[in-house]
Amino acid sequence: MIRKIKNIFSLGVFKDNPVTRQILGICSALAVTNLLINSLVMGIGLIFVASFSSLTVSIIRKFTPKHIRMMVQTLIISAYVIIVDIVLKAYWPAMSEALGPYVGLIITNCIIMGRCEVFAQNNPPLTSFIDGIASGVGYSAVLLFIAFFRELLGFGSLFGINILGEDWTNWVFMIMPPGAFFMLGILIWIANTYIPDKDGNIPASGGAK
Amino acid sequence: MDINPMVIFMASIFTNNMILANFLGMCSFIAVSKEIKTAWGLGQAVTFVLTGTSILNYLIYHHILVPYDLEYLRFIVFIILIAAFVQLVEMIVERYVPTLYYSLGIFLPLITVNCAILGVSLFMVIRDYNLIQSAFFGLGSGIGWALAIVALAGIRQKIKNAPIPKGLDGAGITLIIIGLMALAFIGFSGIANVQ
Repeated sequence: MIRKIKNIFSLGVFKDNPVTRQILGICSALAVTNLLINSLVMGIGLIFVASFSSLTVSIIRKFTPKHIRMMVQTLIISAYVIIVDIVLKAYWPAMSEALGPYVGLIITNCIIMGRCEVFAQNNPPLTSFIDGIASGVGYSAVLLFIAFFRELLGFGSLFGINILGEDWTNWVFMIMPPGAFFMLGILIWIANTYIPDKDGNIPASGGAK
Repeated sequence: MDINPMVIFMASIFTNNMILANFLGMCSFIAVSKEIKTAWGLGQAVTFVLTGTSILNYLIYHHILVPYDLEYLRFIVFIILIAAFVQLVEMIVERYVPTLYYSLGIFLPLITVNCAILGVSLFMVIRDYNLIQSAFFGLGSGIGWALAIVALAGIRQKIKNAPIPKGLDGAGITLIIIGLMALAFIGFSGIANVQ
């Protein structure tokens, strides 16, 4: 069991990382990474939604008619996203405003739908739950990595605490959209070159060719 | 909020482009931008669906959800409406314009999970647009998206045989190209600015 969990995590976080390997869910991965704190909140939200919707899909998988399963999955995901949205609005309105529509857009984040369809449909609830967490952690790791560099170079700070001192000239470029695209491109390059895929090979190119 | 709808229209094409400024609709943007022809087909379909759903979602949100205090249900309602609208469009197109149906093929159902569609509806609510503004916002965002995907497909066709480092080939180089395009679009920022 422990080995199985370890395996799921190593797939979700490194070898089959949803963002760098499968090129899924990059809309929000790029939009919220200008500040570390935004990325952290978004990552936690996604881990919550991914794990619980995988769990729910897996529990009801035997009673769901095959041809309407997509609709059922979407509704389950939407329900969890509404919970995240309401909790955020109630306890952290400033963050809710900063993330804007991107919380709602977790619904169309292909990572969650992908895990429900590929994994939770065919696996028991507990493993599906862990798989959801693993994918969410993989996604959050990429988010935090990108946000680390964007915030450090763009604002000279980490989590809002000034690191690089007063003399640092902010790279405004990094907080603008192009900075996000370049960072993710470079990250995918690094991941493809140094992290082997699930068959142990170094893949020649990423998911979408 | 009385911004001229034309300003919103121009802004959503150039300065607040759905992909290059708001990062919405990236999945299909990378997957379907290998050829100009398919990119153009998807661009048209997205534009049409965006315009239709932004108008319908506006009507439902302001005439059903707000009067009954059900705003928190908007995510579910919007996504169901988008799915239903895409299905309807698919059936109508198949029945009356079969040639267009076959050229769009699998792209029509894929549009449901395009983040740009849901994103436009959510932006419309957050920015408090009225009906005309929403319609122009939807139309402009669609045209902007189509413009970006056709441009990217053109560039990708040209670099197909270029000697790109192995690990960067595929998604990596595409993201860097998109980054350069986003930089170029920042040059438009004087035209109109709406936030």
